[in-house]
Amino acid sequence: MAAITLKDIVKEYGDGYLAVKGVSLDIADGEFVILVGPSGCGKSTLLRMIVGLEDITSGDLAIGGDRVNDKAPRDRHLAMVFQNYALYPHLTVFENIAFPLRLQKGAFTEEQVREKVEFAAKTLELQDHLQRKPANLSGGQRQRVAMGRAIVREAQAFLFDEPLSNLDAKLRGQMRTEIARMQRRLGTTTVYVTHDQTEAMTLGDRVAVLRKGELQQVASPRGLYEHPVNLFVAGFIGSPPMNFLPGEIVDDVLRLPLVDVPLTDDLKARLGDRKLVIVGLRPEHFEDASLTDDRRSADGVTFDATVDVTEWLGSDLYAYVPFDTNPEVAGKLEELDRDLDGEGMRTQLVVALDSESRVRDGDDAKLWVNPAKMMVFDPESGENLTYDADAVKEIDQQNEADRKASLERAQAREKAKAS
Amino acid sequence: MRAMSTRLKVAWAVITILVLVYALFPVFSILATSFKLPSQLNLGTFLPKTWTWSNYEQILTGSAKDLFLPSLRNSIGISLIATFVAVVLATLAAYAIARLDFPGKKLILTTALGVSIFPVVSLVTPLFNLWRNIGLYDTWLGLIIPYLSLTLPISIWTLAAFFRQIPWELEQAAQVDGATAWQAFRKVIVPLAAPGVFTTALIAFFIAWNDFVYGISLTSTSAARPVPAALAFFTGASQFEEPTGAISAAAVVVTVPVVILVLLFQRQIVSGLTQGAVKG
Repeated sequence: MAAITLKDIVKEYGDGYLAVKGVSLDIADGEFVILVGPSGCGKSTLLRMIVGLEDITSGDLAIGGDRVNDKAPRDRHLAMVFQNYALYPHLTVFENIAFPLRLQKGAFTEEQVREKVEFAAKTLELQDHLQRKPANLSGGQRQRVAMGRAIVREAQAFLFDEPLSNLDAKLRGQMRTEIARMQRRLGTTTVYVTHDQTEAMTLGDRVAVLRKGELQQVASPRGLYEHPVNLFVAGFIGSPPMNFLPGEIVDDVLRLPLVDVPLTDDLKARLGDRKLVIVGLRPEHFEDASLTDDRRSADGVTFDATVDVTEWLGSDLYAYVPFDTNPEVAGKLEELDRDLDGEGMRTQLVVALDSESRVRDGDDAKLWVNPAKMMVFDPESGENLTYDADAVKEIDQQNEADRKASLERAQAREKAKAS
Repeated sequence: MRAMSTRLKVAWAVITILVLVYALFPVFSILATSFKLPSQLNLGTFLPKTWTWSNYEQILTGSAKDLFLPSLRNSIGISLIATFVAVVLATLAAYAIARLDFPGKKLILTTALGVSIFPVVSLVTPLFNLWRNIGLYDTWLGLIIPYLSLTLPISIWTLAAFFRQIPWELEQAAQVDGATAWQAFRKVIVPLAAPGVFTTALIAFFIAWNDFVYGISLTSTSAARPVPAALAFFTGASQFEEPTGAISAAAVVVTVPVVILVLLFQRQIVSGLTQGAVKG
């Protein structure tokens, strides 16, 4: 187990393409860090540089304090789970898991190898399949064999390259908790690459958001969600994604396509002399006005909207409200959508209402929104003008304390079980 | 797979038997003929009236010994060498074609295909003249080279297709697991590539083993003449006797190594070994 330190890591391919543009990241011992971003953001390249399958063009990579830039993968003592599992088809499950142990010639007796493999198999509930070949296993079982191969070796760190993307949705949820449980119990430093923001939010102690090879923000999931540093992070984190609306500042009022919001003094100071901004509102910041109690409705503003489509999900009701965007920010929002692997479809507001709401397709609904939660972005740079660094720091400290506590609890449970 | 209905099973059994009979009847016919006495060849019975080893004695120890045994040695030697060289070269070429991106990749593949397009008969006359002038006529090398031209293209194509299926990510996985580049190659890639190489070697061997046109045109003595060509020189005990029995016996003898090879490497030939390495 070891800390991993990345300092100004750059990857330039032979044809001059810059895949990773100077990423610096400190990963603490025992921490679970997620690298997340849309396709082509360099997250997999970064992981492959850490494990040593890809050369580092410039910058320093240290594992446990030692610079490992020029070390071969085998000398870095890391374990990796590949997206397509990369199991050895000619070996049984037992031999697949034992493979890393057998490579360390003379380090383990046959007895020790069997013990270790059987322990890993028990952890992953693979005991019944040890003598089978990978070809005869289901997707989830293969995934677990790949994880078994990683944990059997007591590596310095685990690296996961989109390990769940080949599984169906139900299995993905199960394996996600399985990975989280395993990481807590073993307390091994873990770097996990995914393009799925749900995986990033649920698994990570900290999440590093990448875009076109550049690190955008590293923070706890809650820090990212509540205080994104820019438009990109705000749009990437959260599902359904944050709504972006053009906002015109007219005197003391912020004029949005569907609603006018009064400006507070603090917000006015942050806005400076800007006349046009992009306003970010998460779907859950809205509510059906008829369902908000009086105390809450006093904090927000209500407005009328024509609901186009609704989706009832049991726990929530998503309503879609189309609106016309301001041509001056349309370009910026379209570019953002492309960056997020979107299709640049119509501009619409997604609101998450209480599932009790009676709003239906085509209704003229009265909606309520809480402007205190509103985020305001600069239309040129995309920077979050309402960003509060102190609040993020506080959230992250809390998160770090939580992480240590849960790690200790898991270790204590493990010890109690062993004795 | 779902259990087949009885009718389907019967239908498949009938088809299988028909195909087996169609394929194996000539083999049995030759086998039966090889045990017949020369005088009883024309009796019209399928099985010999009196079973005899005389044909085998004739080709292995008797009058045809000097014709058959050297040619058997030639066939085995030439085919093995041609196969070995073809497989080694094809493995290297196919590895490069499957794994590396280099200019001229398409050119190599189309050239290989182009070489195998020309009918053997159209090449054999110029080769005959050339070989006589440079002293390769009636030598082992004089046959190995044309055999390579037959076996190399198909070896390169089958091996390249096979290598493309190998998930090369496994090599990286092995390296992360703690293997050196050589260990990764030997413990992961070689076991996966072996069936393909064996299959290719067998195909190449059969091509060389079965050749007749080069064998009869580019040789003149038992110094290099392979079995298929030598069979044409068999004669009966007198001019009134057909050498059919002896030829049948020789045919059975040359079939045996092929059958042994297939049985021996059956397991390696079984494909589908790469299944399950990666999803999809």
